[in-house]
Amino acid sequence: MLSDVWDYLPNLLRGALVTLEVTGGGIVVGLIAAFASGLMARSPLRVVRLISRVYVEVFRGTSALVQLFWIFFVLPLLFGWQLFPIWAGIIALGLNMGAYGSEVVRGAIRAVPRGQYEAAIALSLSPMDRMRRVILPQAWVGMIPPFGNLFIELLKGSALVSLITVSDLTFVGQGLRQLEGNTALIYTVVLVMYFVMAYLITLGMRFLERRAKAALGQRPVASKRPTDVLPLEAGA
Amino acid sequence: MIATAACTPEDDGKWEWCRVDELLNPPPDAAWESLYDGLWVTIQATIVGAIIAIVLGLVFAIMRRSTVRPVSWTATAIVEFIRSTPLLVQLFFLFFVIVPTLFSGMEVETQAKVAGFTGLGLHYATYMSEVYRAGIDGVPKGQWEASTALSLPRTRVWSSVILPQAIPRVLPALGNYVIAMFKEVPLLFTISVTELLFNANQYASTTFQSTEAYTRRRLLPGHQHHHRHPDSTVGASLWPPLNPSPARTGPTAPSR
Repeated sequence: MLSDVWDYLPNLLRGALVTLEVTGGGIVVGLIAAFASGLMARSPLRVVRLISRVYVEVFRGTSALVQLFWIFFVLPLLFGWQLFPIWAGIIALGLNMGAYGSEVVRGAIRAVPRGQYEAAIALSLSPMDRMRRVILPQAWVGMIPPFGNLFIELLKGSALVSLITVSDLTFVGQGLRQLEGNTALIYTVVLVMYFVMAYLITLGMRFLERRAKAALGQRPVASKRPTDVLPLEAGA
Repeated sequence: MIATAACTPEDDGKWEWCRVDELLNPPPDAAWESLYDGLWVTIQATIVGAIIAIVLGLVFAIMRRSTVRPVSWTATAIVEFIRSTPLLVQLFFLFFVIVPTLFSGMEVETQAKVAGFTGLGLHYATYMSEVYRAGIDGVPKGQWEASTALSLPRTRVWSSVILPQAIPRVLPALGNYVIAMFKEVPLLFTISVTELLFNANQYASTTFQSTEAYTRRRLLPGHQHHHRHPDSTVGASLWPPLNPSPARTGPTAPSR
């Protein structure tokens, strides 16, 4: 019975690859949406803040499954073009994650000490440079752990795309189950594969966090490097 | 040949003109009736799921604090595994593997409910156990030491010292997870627990008016014709097919 696993594995791995594609695509869409919306939430313009607020509340307040179905089944009727199932999945899951991520971004930016803004203003950095060079690198460290959780949620949510006929891991598992009838074994393997993928995400995020923290700890050194190098070269 | 009367159980498996007729002339009340049916199941699922999650979450959290290593390891392993695998697959696992083995005598619909409610509860129990854990960790260490100094038995320590302090402060977080769980109830339709989305889905696939069905589902519960067979529409339009052997109930004539 256990040796059957080797027969199923190639198909399941192909499914897992699709799951990873959907998850990866969703992460990209989600990060873009999260940063866009999180930064918009800090805009001085009321309208911009309102747009961000509405986006977050709508996508956090409704079920991911319904959002997915809405994007896949309703958009074609409203606008006359249909997305490939996998793209519908990536966009729906990404936008859903982005709404949660938006709050993460907003919170992390708010947690950066006020003195940092004042210092950046005192150095007359442009708003763009202030955000890019001063605020975000510090906020990013705080964002990594919650984003890690969101990525795992996204991986789990990617099982939903099997319901719009994307042949991801869950879909393949369902198909194999109907072909082979070896339900318990197939689902166990599928669950374990999801667990492994989630664990890989956890490891990856831990690595990123370590690196971001190290970068932050070394920032004074890194920014000083040009001046450090000069005396050395002069001495040599 | 072309019947205009409502469908009767004898019509099953024949040319189902009666059903076409019903579809073309839907009785106006049927939609609202099924709306309330679906809403009721959604509320049921949320309440039962929440109770399971709140109780089991606490059990997991206490197990993880156990001084007996195997107990705490088991709890950690269960929580981590359930937390990082998709609820959808867990529901399939429960519905196709666990529940049929344990409760083989049950009707398929009841099995679906058992699998759906416990699956939902179990999944969120792992989230809630983390919340409880944070609450328990927040109780000052002195409270534990004081309990030890008073040589209170372990059960007494939990019931009258630690938990009364830990639980009130985690209540808001538990509430958030109940709301999150409410939003996951639509997943149960994949194992054919009748639910709002299932109704919307049926409406969409019988009338091709997905816009109305899913849009309303986001704001209000769905809208559909009561008298369709659950398996006749969803099995054809959605992966995966629902019941392996659905108990085919005769179409119920809507009461007007």
